[in-house]
Amino acid sequence: MENHFPIRRMMDENGNIINSEYEEKINEKLVKEFYRHMIRTRTFDRKSISLQRQGRIGTYAPYEGQEASQVGTAAALGESDWMFPTYRDHGAAMTFGHSLRNILLFWNGRNEGCVPPEGKKIFPPGIPIATQIPHAAGAAFAERKKGTANAAIAYFGDGATSEGDFHEGLNFASVFKAPVVFFNQNNQYAISVPIEKQMKTKTIAQKALAYDIPGIRIDGNDVFIVYFETLKALERARKGEGPTLIEAVTWRYGAHTTADDPSKYRDQSESTNRRQEYDPILRLERWMKNTGVFDEKWVQAAEEEAAAEIDEAVAEMEAFPPADPAAIFDHVFAEPTWQIKQQKEEYLKLIGGGRK
Amino acid sequence: MKTAIGAKTMTMVQAITDALDTMLQEKEEVLLLGEDIGKNGGVFRATDGLQAKYGEGRVIDTPLSEAGFVGAGIGMAVNGFLPVIEIQFLGFIYPAYEQIMTHASRLRMRTMGHFTVPMVIRAPFGAGVRAPEIHCDSTEAIFTHMPGIKVVCPSSAYDAKGLLIAAIEDPDPVLFLEPMRCYRSAKEEVPEGKYSIEIGKGKKLMEGDDVTVITWGAMVPEVLAAAKQMTGKNIPCEVIDLRTLFPLDKDMIAESVQKTGRTVIVHEAHATGGVGNDVLAIINDTSFLYQKAPVERVTGFDAPVPYFGFEDHYLPTPARIQQAIEKVMKF
Repeated sequence: MENHFPIRRMMDENGNIINSEYEEKINEKLVKEFYRHMIRTRTFDRKSISLQRQGRIGTYAPYEGQEASQVGTAAALGESDWMFPTYRDHGAAMTFGHSLRNILLFWNGRNEGCVPPEGKKIFPPGIPIATQIPHAAGAAFAERKKGTANAAIAYFGDGATSEGDFHEGLNFASVFKAPVVFFNQNNQYAISVPIEKQMKTKTIAQKALAYDIPGIRIDGNDVFIVYFETLKALERARKGEGPTLIEAVTWRYGAHTTADDPSKYRDQSESTNRRQEYDPILRLERWMKNTGVFDEKWVQAAEEEAAAEIDEAVAEMEAFPPADPAAIFDHVFAEPTWQIKQQKEEYLKLIGGGRK
Repeated sequence: MKTAIGAKTMTMVQAITDALDTMLQEKEEVLLLGEDIGKNGGVFRATDGLQAKYGEGRVIDTPLSEAGFVGAGIGMAVNGFLPVIEIQFLGFIYPAYEQIMTHASRLRMRTMGHFTVPMVIRAPFGAGVRAPEIHCDSTEAIFTHMPGIKVVCPSSAYDAKGLLIAAIEDPDPVLFLEPMRCYRSAKEEVPEGKYSIEIGKGKKLMEGDDVTVITWGAMVPEVLAAAKQMTGKNIPCEVIDLRTLFPLDKDMIAESVQKTGRTVIVHEAHATGGVGNDVLAIINDTSFLYQKAPVERVTGFDAPVPYFGFEDHYLPTPARIQQAIEKVMKF
């Protein structure tokens, strides 16, 4: 089955174009956008881990190594499309326009962080595995019923494809030709369980066969192929041709979350090797150097700009007003029931009023 | 709100069809989703004729996949539609439990009102119709325990229509439980057109000063039969059909039990963790000093709902209810 679903790439690990399919669509502006966003997402990820270590945010799920998959897909989305990320996809969410402060607030235990900027259809991160897949199918089906050209993208990992909701969501979308892209980041580990223990199939893309939808397998560390294949799947969706399953083969360098140690379940030298060989940012950098687009000063400015933006977001997160206990009660229903009213009143009285 | 003009005599299941028809007519965002609800009209014919009238685009036969179509319903609700989902039997809702518990009921809270789920899940439930196993569960308490979803349970045609319309218009998710035994057991006048009944309000079916009997769903006719017998024995009973299981009608419960001082709670669901315990908590919180006897509960047993060969033994009967009423009177 692996032969039927070869890993498609546009560039090799040295940044050379080996597949000219979309080559003419590459331009300097696009490349710089990809690079800038990958730097920005990586800086954010590293900063977040450090904030967690210092006790300034809670448990955090890092994505370093998966930046090409997240940036490439988010860059392919249209302004009015829907995004259904998981807890490891805030790189995609921030590229699509989520507020950095809010993402940090989410990781600091605040549901204010789940509120997307006005007009951005970004769902809160999926926490239970695969449950966002039927949501994306439903939201996309709704767009089709309204007659718009909007689409949805659902993110999920390799382990999610073992869940019932993955299959139910793909089947639903396939039956109703919902305009949705199912974007799998196969980082080859579900916490500690490697893919060969997760599934007998050699690819995830082949699972599309069961739903009679296109299934493609791509190099998730090649931002070009991620971007162009996502764009193609979105165009297909917009034309009413239904969903696509994309398997982006990638690797997370670090832990599942800041609460686990990957060296306990795998040889981390693999992460070191992959970082040298296949790192998504290094590969794009090599392409830029090969084609003469690389500009040291521009890169430095992009890095500084990202660091400054993230520092500002951290400052905003830390200056955010403390949790208002009234908020626990205020968003359960549109109108609170008597139980909630009574509990709120009694609790606020006990603590001497609301937020100080 | 009432804009109804005439009235028709109908069964509860016909009143449900009528409510769905009324709302499909009224709001183009209303969509029906479920298994076999199209040409087949649903396993209980609750959607009979609606696909022919409104088309496959609005009365949608889904794949056999409760988690899938409840999950997709959440996505549709968030994106501007008002899905009304049919689960064939409450005993088959469990694959969708995760979608209801972790998403439908808490998306408003997670996003502080940015994303909301105005969705109704209809589910026939309860034993007593000689249905196969798992088709007879009454696990309403699983859902009343869940913050962020309302649970409604009518027992008559008039209430079913008005409450279903209210549920569809509610900005939050509502689980709408339909006692199968009441589907065709009685007929009553139901107004034509649109009217709604406020969610969270019970209904007093009999007035009496000695004992309050609180119930819902398919136990309503059983309780009425027992209460009439007891009234004949000079023990006038007050009967309350709660109609909504979350939020409970605290005021109606308190007012009645303060008057009578004696209470019997009747439900067919298992005793432990049942909604009856929440009724008891309300009595404790509001009316402790008015009580003349400990509250009695008549419920299904803490055993799985048995095969139908045994179900008459499982379900509370008028005889068991009468015994409980006598017990609170004699205390």
